[in-house]
Amino acid sequence: MEKYIFFTLSGLAIFSAIMVLVSKRPVHSVLYLILCFFTIAGHYIMLNAQFLAVVHIIVYAGAIMVLFLFTLMLLNLNLANELRKSILARVTAVIAGGLLLVTLVAVLKGLDASGPIMANTQIGMTTNIGKVLFNEYMFPFEAASVLFLAAMVGAVMMVKKE
Amino acid sequence: MIVYLIYKVALITTILLLSLLIAMYATLVERKFAGFIQDRYGPDRAGPWGILQPVCDGVKLFFKEEYMPNTADKFLYILGPCLTMMVSLLTSAVIPWGGTISIAGNNFPLQVASSSVDILYIFAVVSMGVYGIMIGGWASNNKFALLGAVRASSQMISYELAMGLAIASVILMTGTLSLQQTVDQQTSMWNVVYQPLAFLIFFICALAETNRAPFDLPECEGELVGGYHTEYSAMKLGFYLFSEYINMFISSAIMATLFFGGYHMPFIDKLGLSPNLLTLLGTAFLFVKIFLFLLLFIWVRWTLPRFRYDQLMKLGWKVLFPLALINLIITGIVMLLK
Amino acid sequence: MNLTNRSKVVTNKQMTFVESLYLPAIFAGMWITIKHVFGKKATIKYPEKKREFSEIYRGQHVLKRDDEGRERCTACGLCALACPAEAITMIAAERQPGEENLYREEKYAKVYEINMLRCIYCGLCESACPKEAIFLTKKTVDSEYYRQAFIYGKDKLVEPVEKDKRIDVTKRQTPEVLQFKKLPNERHNI
Repeated sequence: MEKYIFFTLSGLAIFSAIMVLVSKRPVHSVLYLILCFFTIAGHYIMLNAQFLAVVHIIVYAGAIMVLFLFTLMLLNLNLANELRKSILARVTAVIAGGLLLVTLVAVLKGLDASGPIMANTQIGMTTNIGKVLFNEYMFPFEAASVLFLAAMVGAVMMVKKE
Repeated sequence: MIVYLIYKVALITTILLLSLLIAMYATLVERKFAGFIQDRYGPDRAGPWGILQPVCDGVKLFFKEEYMPNTADKFLYILGPCLTMMVSLLTSAVIPWGGTISIAGNNFPLQVASSSVDILYIFAVVSMGVYGIMIGGWASNNKFALLGAVRASSQMISYELAMGLAIASVILMTGTLSLQQTVDQQTSMWNVVYQPLAFLIFFICALAETNRAPFDLPECEGELVGGYHTEYSAMKLGFYLFSEYINMFISSAIMATLFFGGYHMPFIDKLGLSPNLLTLLGTAFLFVKIFLFLLLFIWVRWTLPRFRYDQLMKLGWKVLFPLALINLIITGIVMLLK
Repeated sequence: MNLTNRSKVVTNKQMTFVESLYLPAIFAGMWITIKHVFGKKATIKYPEKKREFSEIYRGQHVLKRDDEGRERCTACGLCALACPAEAITMIAAERQPGEENLYREEKYAKVYEINMLRCIYCGLCESACPKEAIFLTKKTVDSEYYRQAFIYGKDKLVEPVEKDKRIDVTKRQTPEVLQFKKLPNERHNI
């Protein structure tokens, strides 16, 4: 049962990831990306990491992609007025993508995939993540939260300036 | 196992039908109440007290001509209302509608799915709600629809923040993300007593999230024709309008659960009734609370005028957000000192 | 100069803190609306209950007959002249011998038409008429499918000959007029 769900989710994730690139319309790309995020959230749930899955949806699909969509809707990118990319830009893109691929392959090569994926681990539960975050990673977490708070306060200040 | 499966399917069906039925009759209650407020009677021709009016409206919407703009993005145009409807119904999965019913030694909790992250799940689903509106508004290829969609999305993002912080202070107090436990902790005292400001912020944000007046800018008929559903007709429009009422029902349920003790009835234990009867009474009491919240939603809508857009943003970012933040900090300090 | 003492000078003063919370104002508004929920409703539920009309309501016209069943109208045209909407037209004709039981005077209106869409129901025709021939009644004009149908001819305007089907207009006449009609030497008023 779990195997079928895994393969369905994986297939869907790969399909939607490819469609992000292939889609002609930017809005479709964004929607496929959201679908991709949902399939990945599904994977998290299969790994019993409910907190991660939900936060993944809230942050990425619920907030960041809304902003993406928001911008794209206002840009009104039509097929007709799409700019032709220069050769240089294409070459740069290929090199950058190729480097990423090389890095990923290098990382995955060292991974031991022979053992079973820990499906029954409790590490993804809210309490466990909280304990890890506030003990081992206390300083980076608090630093990040201060950064976010500064960003939020900054946003409010920018509005208040008027 | 089979018994469990049958029970779950039955519960899901019941809750689905119940939310649809309540949403249906919320339209009638809304029209009646609006009528009363405006010294009218409201619809009273279809059946006694207009009891068949929602059926008539539904039949009318079903038989209207399906119209799709020529330049619309066909797939997304259809996807929009479907997504809105689906998202509004999804939230009801984690709300505890009552305690447990025990039949022949089996305990059946009146909650479709209980996870350890109920509240976050609700938050995730609510944040998905904006997609249906955005996709529908964009796919219509109409400037009014697009403007409505843009307004809806920016409004929802702005108010989600304050909403999340308001919930966060409740979570900080109860120390759990499970709604079942949140309800159980409120047997002695409702959360609203400790967190009145959080409730007020949550209620205002709930009004904004459900696109109800005074926050109905995405569909304000005075400026944007119909807002994001300008180009919609027949049952697709029906889905949009209907999901608003389902959203109202669900957010009332969430408010009752988070702040008003859910299905707990004060002094119910002193009645000395059988546990099953108590559970059913508790569920009925939850629905009474939900109904009162629905009335409050409607009452507010027919009292207050619509915000101007800059006022809306000002309220969201400069008033509610700092207030929620302060409330969160105070809650944190109090919890630390206790 | 103040006509009433209800006028309020509009100022752009700074709101106090309590006012800037808006909550008191919101609750005040909600109190007002909830009061209306229990208040008396303005609606009159139409088919079951009908609104009372005034006795001197100005609705559809009637062309009166006198006590002997003769048409009072002599086609003088004063009503058409008085009409501000120019809704009334008529064609006059001479009474032939043998028609004395139909028409009161030597001249009568062969055609008398009122366009009910043009008419503004002001009642000037009624006051212009020297023969007390035309009156407005409590009846409202029926709805029709075609504009042509709103041009009412004599078939719709003249009241029936039968005594019991006559339309009572005594309420529309002032006491002075009713007194005047009783004078024996003013025969044309009967």
